[in-house]
Amino acid sequence: MNDLTTLTIAGARDGLKQKKFSAAELADAHLAAIEKARALNAYVLETPERASAMAKAADARIAKGDAGPLEGIPLAIKDMFCTEGVRTTACSHILDNFVPTYESTVSGNLWRDGAVLLGKTNNDEFAMGSSNETSFMGPVISPWRRKGANTPLVPGGSSGGSAAAVSAHLALGATGTDTGGSIRQPAAFTGIVGLKPTYGRCSRWGIVAFASSLDQAGPFTRTVRDGAIMLRSMAGHDPKDTTSVDVAVPDYEAAIGKSIKGMRIGIPKEYRVDGMSAEIEGLWQQGRTWLKAAGAELVEVSLPHTKYALPAYYIVAPAEASSNLARYDGVRYGLRVPGRDINGLYENTRARGFGKEVRRRIMIGTYVLSAGYYDAYYLRAQKVRTLIKKDFEDCFARGIDAMLTPATPSAAFGIGEKGQADPIEMYLNDVFTVTVNMAGLPGISVPAGLDGQGLPLGLQLIGRPFGEETLFSLGQVIEDAAGLFTPERWW
Amino acid sequence: MSVDATTVRRIAHLARVAVADDEVEHLRGEINAILAFVEQLSEVDVEGVEPMTSVTPMVMKKRPDVVTDGGDADAVLRNAPATEKNYFLVPKVVE
Repeated sequence: MNDLTTLTIAGARDGLKQKKFSAAELADAHLAAIEKARALNAYVLETPERASAMAKAADARIAKGDAGPLEGIPLAIKDMFCTEGVRTTACSHILDNFVPTYESTVSGNLWRDGAVLLGKTNNDEFAMGSSNETSFMGPVISPWRRKGANTPLVPGGSSGGSAAAVSAHLALGATGTDTGGSIRQPAAFTGIVGLKPTYGRCSRWGIVAFASSLDQAGPFTRTVRDGAIMLRSMAGHDPKDTTSVDVAVPDYEAAIGKSIKGMRIGIPKEYRVDGMSAEIEGLWQQGRTWLKAAGAELVEVSLPHTKYALPAYYIVAPAEASSNLARYDGVRYGLRVPGRDINGLYENTRARGFGKEVRRRIMIGTYVLSAGYYDAYYLRAQKVRTLIKKDFEDCFARGIDAMLTPATPSAAFGIGEKGQADPIEMYLNDVFTVTVNMAGLPGISVPAGLDGQGLPLGLQLIGRPFGEETLFSLGQVIEDAAGLFTPERWW
Repeated sequence: MSVDATTVRRIAHLARVAVADDEVEHLRGEINAILAFVEQLSEVDVEGVEPMTSVTPMVMKKRPDVVTDGGDADAVLRNAPATEKNYFLVPKVVE
């Protein structure tokens, strides 16, 4: 692998400052790596010209002593973020040729701070999936393989392209969106760090909407420190998103290396699910040992409504999706398939434009919101959501600073292996992550080890609202103990 | 609760998604599998529980009711599949 692509964001920042290399060289090294890695299908659009122009501008600012916090750092952007003048499709046929005339707030914040756009990364169509297999642009192939095998594996989803790109050194960092686990699960599958911030921490403006009360943007990075650096730029109040919170953005990087002595870490007993593999159980135990050794106090806690989070999610998320996706009508943007009248135009456009998983969720959402069923499904699910959130609040009120859980129930699986016959099989991937979205809390997935077949596994830390700094401090302890994980290059 | 073929067609129409006759049975199976999965919520005691309306306790910010944007028909229409002058084109709706 090329040297410059093995840097961390923090390392590249130092190297640029000391003029060891230029932003243009850094961008070129990544563009060359991306070109050689097309077999992974991590990028759905490469933007080499824009990258070169942005890197050149970054070099000019560095020369003037005017560098921003992310000056010259090459990043990948999930195709859910609208990028001005750069095609944005949410990896759906219905948005094939959509070129936004505006920039999402989060990506705009990154450019404001000097970052460089390498391209747009693949995701499950409209971020609906846990394996990146529902993308209209085809699946992403994980850079990881089982020991001694060449079976193509999924990188997880929905942000599979971003996760694969960061893991395979095709970007120093990438953005993701997380509605039920779409940052944390692919981060765990590819051996990198993924953070879903507190709901409202990052603006949703300009992000293709899936389930608005759950969606949140966050970073993918190879180290915990890099995650802290990226989040500081991404986060912040935005008057264009009424759910974005007007709370000052702290210097998250200052939390790296802070002592965790005396922190009370909850171990939720309901996460010890039936049929949990010995490897996941072992990893979780290992995580407890590491945190304890660093001075944290472990406390068994109970989150009694955990098992209801996933079913409640599969009412709330499709309901909101069916409303959000009503905008794709073949009239204002995107695909248009003619029909005999206006309804025919809508129905044909949407039948052709949406893939199977998206159509299924729109239909479920439409059903649970339809007259006569609203109370039984949607209203009940929102009440259950209140109870899920209360479970966490009760623990935090008893002095718990954060919780430690596994990030996923297993390591990555093969392409085509799951969910073919039964959609629920795929949904179960998010069993440990979805509660966090339902409660609006921050969660981070930190790589913690390899399974018997040599595939990465992650641990999840769940924080109090706006407790991202605590998660970075704890995450660093796990990283220090577990080390970093890099796939062996085969592409 | 489970859905029959007529309901599947009704939902598809409400959602404005064309569904071919040979897809109905398959969709019915999938929707019923998901409805069976979410059925476990009925065992939760939600008596007296407020439904969640905002996951973050906050008062929605308000801004002065003034025009802050607009006057850019070109940008609005740029991605439209069919336009004429400053209008979106649709099939005839009113006779």
